[in-house]
Amino acid sequence: MNMSRPAPQKKAVEIKDVSKAFGNFQALKPVSFDIYENEFFTLLGPSGCGKTTLLRMIAGFEQPSTGEIALRGTNIQSLPPHKRRVNTVFQSYALFPHMTLEQNVAFGLENLGWPKERRTARVTDMLRLVHMEKFASRKPQQLSGGQRQRIALARALAPEPEVLLLDEPLSALDLKLRQAMRDELRTLQRQTGITFVFVTHDQEEALDMSDRICVLGDGEIQQLGTPTDIYEEPSNRFVADFIGETNFLDAEVISLDGDRATVSIPLGVTLNAPQKRATVGGKAVMSIRPEKISLPSQDGQIATEGTIVGANYLGGYTHYVVDAKGTVLRVSKRNSRSRDRTLEVGQSVRLSFAAESARILGT
Amino acid sequence: MNQRLRLPSWNVLGLLPAQLIMLLTLIIPVGIIILVSFSTRGPYGGFDYVFTTAPYKQILFNEGWSGELEFNPQYLIVVARTVILSLATTIICLALSFPVAYFISLQKTSAKMLLIYLVTLPFWVSMIVRVYSWIIILGNDGVIAKALRALGITNNIGSLLFTDTAMLIGLVYSYIPLMILPVFASIEKLDPALVEASHDLYGSRLTTLRRVILPLCRPGMVAGAILVFVPCLGAVLEPVLLGGGKTMMMGNLIQLQFGAARNWPLGAAISIVLMCAVMIFLLWRGIHAMRKEGRENGA
Ligand SMILES: Nc1ncnc2c1ncn2[C@@H]1O[C@H](COP(=O)(O)OP(=O)(O)OP(=O)(O)O)[C@@H](O)[C@H]1O
Ligand SMILES: [Mg+2]
Repeated sequence: MNMSRPAPQKKAVEIKDVSKAFGNFQALKPVSFDIYENEFFTLLGPSGCGKTTLLRMIAGFEQPSTGEIALRGTNIQSLPPHKRRVNTVFQSYALFPHMTLEQNVAFGLENLGWPKERRTARVTDMLRLVHMEKFASRKPQQLSGGQRQRIALARALAPEPEVLLLDEPLSALDLKLRQAMRDELRTLQRQTGITFVFVTHDQEEALDMSDRICVLGDGEIQQLGTPTDIYEEPSNRFVADFIGETNFLDAEVISLDGDRATVSIPLGVTLNAPQKRATVGGKAVMSIRPEKISLPSQDGQIATEGTIVGANYLGGYTHYVVDAKGTVLRVSKRNSRSRDRTLEVGQSVRLSFAAESARILGT
Repeated sequence: MNQRLRLPSWNVLGLLPAQLIMLLTLIIPVGIIILVSFSTRGPYGGFDYVFTTAPYKQILFNEGWSGELEFNPQYLIVVARTVILSLATTIICLALSFPVAYFISLQKTSAKMLLIYLVTLPFWVSMIVRVYSWIIILGNDGVIAKALRALGITNNIGSLLFTDTAMLIGLVYSYIPLMILPVFASIEKLDPALVEASHDLYGSRLTTLRRVILPLCRPGMVAGAILVFVPCLGAVLEPVLLGGGKTMMMGNLIQLQFGAARNWPLGAAISIVLMCAVMIFLLWRGIHAMRKEGRENGA
């Protein structure tokens, strides 16, 4: 077989042992990672975990307490924000209220000393890119939230930054618009080929848009990987819990065999499943996602009896809560046929899951 | 769009006390002044109700023996001096206020409160005392003269006191808090994200100041400029105490007519001219501001 190795990816941003303390409050513990060229990279984590702080250090608005940040291989530690080839889409958009949209978009280009003709052409291009060419001479106050969002994007993309930083740019929009803007952002990133560093606390958004996700929690990196990695192979309980929904069952580790573990769980079964950071005799949990549990049970899987105690019909899916021998399990079942008969609360059922779908996580 | 607040009719009654006060303390007195300005000068001061436009003519012309009008710029010079000194005061206040207000806005909340309190502190002291204190500083035997002598720089610095410069210093000192407060308010209102956005888009500190901070603080600066310029036009104390009464401003001129000169109609006429000038100026600003708002809000 001819395995073509992927070309070695160029690093757009290198974060080396960067930490940040405000006074004696440690907002971010030392973290190290690289962001590659042309990547849609997402910083994901709960509120207060240091996402904005990290982004502001890349932009130059905060100085790291320790460590270094390099942009395309050059240390930018000593550069003030206006000398870094990085642009930001602010959460509040921060459009200049005294300038027209055109002037807003042209602002960065003027400061970079672009000649007038090239500038005008670029502004027109950018406004067209975000479908706002008709509004060029309006002021930001005359725009809707989604339109402001687009102008903020156009303004930040116009100077062709090496990296574009986006701090929760969708959080101020309503649900419908947020969905539409996700696709638009993703398309923009592909069209422009600019590295996007996107901050969000919405895991669905992160999974949907990103090439790679860095999950931050408690001021440190919990996991860094592709959306699939992070959803399917969470490296600890925090990630399994934060990304998507899951069931946690206490697990007693009987034996370890490399990256697999044999555990016994409260359902009265012993099983062998992939593990991370488990230790024999140590505390561990088994994580199984609701959609990976079969209802009714399938042959060849680990099966158990249970009673349905809750059912939520959601159109495409029905979410069940099942009491299995005192353990509460959440189960998500796709309604694959029209008017699939829903199971009733109180009904006895048999459910099952494959050991391969479970993950043993040490804590 | 800006919807004007519509009050239900009974609320207009609620405004009655305010309207009464306006009528008694503003409209009626102004009416009296207008009346006086068109009256004839009484033989021993005061005025007689005999209609004449002479006081207004007097502002610009001397009446010769045979009744012919002869142009006399002496009052016009006072007006010009007043406008120039007021403009200079306003500009100096603007230039000084911005850094001060910016500095205050950078402090922690508690320090901010203290500094703003300190800025307004002089208002708690009588105006006369405040202006008087400059005599002690600027006088021949004053702090500055003594310091210069002690340092051996010069023995004879000439008189600092009783000059236009002294008046200007006094005016700036008196009115600068009226500038600092609105400018400070507009800087406080400035979204720090906008300053960051400017830096982010390759704007240096100077560019950011020129293209983002100053334009956005304009409303505060305009308000401050009006608050300083208008009372400066009517300043009385500074010219008397620091200008030594030698160089007059319009305020002194008016005071003089009602006092020593015993020419009430002329004093009233000058007052009316000053008031009209201020009103035209404010009206022009107001129209300008409304047009601008209209441009910004209109699609
Ligand atoms: N200037 C500051 N001074 C002191 N503490 C700060 C400062 N900025 C941030 N912090 C603290 O640092 C921590 C991380 O803040 P940060 O804004 O990076 O969080 P975040 O992950 O962006 O959260 P969110 O999702 O709510 O925006 C928070 O606990 C915050 O209170
Ligand atoms: Mg944040």
